[in-house]
Amino acid sequence: MAMTLHVDIVSAEDEIFSGTATMVFAPAEMGEVGIAPRHAPLLARLQPGEVRVQTQEGEELSFFVSGGMLEVQPHIVTVLSDTAIRATDLDEAQALEAKERAEHMLADKSADIDYAKAQSELAQSMAQLASIKKLRERN
Amino acid sequence: MAGAKEIRTQVASIKNTQKITKAMQMVAASKMRKAQERMLATRPYADKIQNVVAHLSHAHPEYHHPYLVERETKRVGLIVISTDRGLCGGLNTNLFKAVITAMKEWDAAGLEIDLTLLGTKSNAFFKHIGGNITASATHLGDAPSIVELIGTVKVMLDAYADGSIDRLCLAHNVFENTMTQNPLIKQLIPIVDEADEQLKTHWDYIYEPDSKPVMDALMIRYIESLVYQGVVENVACEQAARMVAMKSATENANDLIDELQLIYNKARQAAITQEISEIVSGAAAV
Repeated sequence: MAMTLHVDIVSAEDEIFSGTATMVFAPAEMGEVGIAPRHAPLLARLQPGEVRVQTQEGEELSFFVSGGMLEVQPHIVTVLSDTAIRATDLDEAQALEAKERAEHMLADKSADIDYAKAQSELAQSMAQLASIKKLRERN
Repeated sequence: MAGAKEIRTQVASIKNTQKITKAMQMVAASKMRKAQERMLATRPYADKIQNVVAHLSHAHPEYHHPYLVERETKRVGLIVISTDRGLCGGLNTNLFKAVITAMKEWDAAGLEIDLTLLGTKSNAFFKHIGGNITASATHLGDAPSIVELIGTVKVMLDAYADGSIDRLCLAHNVFENTMTQNPLIKQLIPIVDEADEQLKTHWDYIYEPDSKPVMDALMIRYIESLVYQGVVENVACEQAARMVAMKSATENANDLIDELQLIYNKARQAAITQEISEIVSGAAAV
């Protein structure tokens, strides 16, 4: 029997593929790499492109990844695929947006936390919950 | 029969409310199932990336990533994940209680705190009580996508990279089961070692293009996946808590209706008795 690899292609939101293969091709940043069984441990960044998996039956499955990471161990290949299109500028823009939302919200707030207020407020809602519970038990 | 009509309208209005709570309960139940599935779907990625990171924290001779190095803490970053909507029992309140307790401890230890808030409820809460909020995101929805989190998480990661915070923690609810959800605050960076010192053979990866960019990219994804998992888990908690809250509201409405029905019957009976006695005494007088 030919040697095989276990391949997992996963994204943060879902599992995309899991199975055995005889060979895997992935679009690493410095060019496409082909992984055969017993490959040395490798950790590589992927660029957007196609991951091809050759199954034992000789079929070739292909999956599109928009970037991510490739982890190779002698008999296990893991593709950690990105769900999002990543670019430094894009990430930066999103970070700025998140900051702006916070600033917008805090336009008229001090940065000091009023612990007393927080606790009294929490105590109040805890008391509400407790009384609801009591009301229920009474019945 | 003075109060009878009022009682009837009251019963009718409670019945209407009950219909709503019942509908909400059923919607929450079906959403919870989906949220649980989504929670499970994120596991493989998180497990895999955790394995890689756990390995890297042991074997990496050439480059020490800052997320793996403990440093003196002056300022803590905290990401708080709350729900967007209410009517989910004590879910958010319990979380905020845990958060405030932790923050008070840090405050007492002389640490300053930066907050990143996810969900409208935490935004409303901290807007009210104050706090240094550096980033926020709301309306992530029932099926949050990781894209919406990238920016928010990046604010904190950048703060860690430029040294303005020295520790990053995450606060969210943990889904134990349908009835129990517990608040949890855990440390994201520096990455805490999970005490598996079974370094039998010393081996390292081949890095492509180089160990630094590869590890940078990996660490960012690792933290993002942890935050994303927290968000997805919190959605499942929200739906479970809402389901339980609405179930008890529906039962409560039932009890109320029973009680009111009894009062109504008594009032009706009293009115009839009174009428009869009036007729009888009227007849006797004639």
